[in-house]
Amino acid sequence: MEFYQLPAHRLHQLLRRKEVTSREVTESVLRQVERMEGRIHAYITLTPDLAMEQAASADARLQKGEGEPLTGIPLAIKDLICTQGVRTTCGSHILENFIPSYNASVIEKLKAAGAVFVGKANMDEFAMGSSTENSFLGPTCNPWDLRRIPGGSSGGSAASVAADECIASLGSDTGGSIRQPAACCGIVGLKPTYGRVSRFGLVAFASSLDQIGPLTKDVEDAAILMNAISGHDPKDSTSVDLPVPDFSAALSRDIRGMVLGIPRECFIEGIDPEVESAVREAFRTLEKLGARLVEVSLPHSEYAVAVYYIIAPAEASSNLARYDGVKYGFRARGMHDLLEMYRQTRLQGFGAEVKRRIMLGTYVLSAGYYEAYYRKASQVRTLICQDFEKAFSQCDVLLTPTAPTPAFRLGEKVDDPLQMYLSDVFTIPCNLAGLPGLSLPCGFSKKGLPIGLQILAGHFQEEKILRVAYAYEQNTEHHLRKPTLE
Amino acid sequence: MKITREEVEHVALLARLKFSESEKERFTTQLNTILEYMDKLGQLDTTRVEPTFHAVSGSNVFREDLVKPSISQELSLQNAPDGDNGFFRVPKIIE
Repeated sequence: MEFYQLPAHRLHQLLRRKEVTSREVTESVLRQVERMEGRIHAYITLTPDLAMEQAASADARLQKGEGEPLTGIPLAIKDLICTQGVRTTCGSHILENFIPSYNASVIEKLKAAGAVFVGKANMDEFAMGSSTENSFLGPTCNPWDLRRIPGGSSGGSAASVAADECIASLGSDTGGSIRQPAACCGIVGLKPTYGRVSRFGLVAFASSLDQIGPLTKDVEDAAILMNAISGHDPKDSTSVDLPVPDFSAALSRDIRGMVLGIPRECFIEGIDPEVESAVREAFRTLEKLGARLVEVSLPHSEYAVAVYYIIAPAEASSNLARYDGVKYGFRARGMHDLLEMYRQTRLQGFGAEVKRRIMLGTYVLSAGYYEAYYRKASQVRTLICQDFEKAFSQCDVLLTPTAPTPAFRLGEKVDDPLQMYLSDVFTIPCNLAGLPGLSLPCGFSKKGLPIGLQILAGHFQEEKILRVAYAYEQNTEHHLRKPTLE
Repeated sequence: MKITREEVEHVALLARLKFSESEKERFTTQLNTILEYMDKLGQLDTTRVEPTFHAVSGSNVFREDLVKPSISQELSLQNAPDGDNGFFRVPKIIE
């Protein structure tokens, strides 16, 4: 095993025992980036000099025996999380040269923990997409099959972990953007409860749905990242002032007596048979470990995609009004009229999917349509939340596939936005209800593509999710399989 | 047809966007497909259902009105496409 292949918890042991330095680990990761990046394109911006400086300070701390679990660990950060002095593009032409003057709160926390930043990860423009093909800086390829998408929108964050171009990464999840790419790339991705992690410095897409979370090589690392980034932040008034548990302490192989809910609606028409059989096999494995399976019902989940593609674009159309060519970012040249300058700037600065969603959002909020679309969707959102409340009165966690199919081919769905939206069918309800959700590998298709199992729990019940995920992972070997890229 | 080409033009103005003729055509078709899919929400009776705007209940957050360090004028303007003497510069607004 090379250093770049190891999860953070293993590297931490080696670093603490001074069997390796952060400098060596970071150099090993940077060499892997050099080998892989031409084929994967996981990063928009690489920061090798910054990484080596941070590795040196981490080594100084570790020398004194002061290292924390992330001290000296190389991470990738999705390129919509603001990093002071390092450009933050959101995968968009309109922010192509934007250099934030402050750090997101999660970045401040990771810096204080002594983490090392390898670079900024590729993504669908403004996190709008499920394939990372909507990046202005070009698509990312799936390390398991370079002709396929890595999922999205946190496709760069997922591919960088799967290709060992970093040890772990941060992504953001508005409708599945951490979990679906984690499933496509065969890694672990956790979307925390809405309010668990500060959104300060996260460039806003849909503010009532967005949440930052980790993408990691295994479940133990997800717990470590969660320990580092969770907690109330006065700078984000939607972050919740609750004590943060030690998520690592929740990892237990024992899930005897836990009740796992299987939604009756989860094997919908159009689900890939290989996905269905891998997920059903995972249910059996968990049952053998002593958990009890019960059937539950989420009758309104079939409406979730329609609700989401009203609410998320509505919030986005408002959030993205700030890109007007005045305060920061790109401005169209040669304009002598203010309105024309706004319109040309936004026409040239945004890609097709972002414009489509701004149009959709503006339309559903406009006079005469607000009631029929936005208000209606917000009411159905209530019904979806109530379904979950009822389900969680009967079980500890819910299990579903993460995505209806393994990773699809690059270009396959670019001209059919509705088909692209439907790839989020299992991940979206969780965001609408503000719940935590995790995806972890539960098998492979015959073509060798990873398949993800999704675990959902009630608000602030990440520990239950981690416990089930850890027990499953410790009794299976899917997470140990690596893509063969040589 | 849920949305006409004229409505697409109107919404584009509201959203401060502008499209070529072929883009207008494409957006009209695509938005219609998506909006037709949204019709399924009409199957549900929601007359007595309260809307949800935030899934995790919260209350308004107040804080003391204290002066704290903030981003300087210089830093605030560093990403502006055009500026002059501490101001943002834009095309002329008043004729």
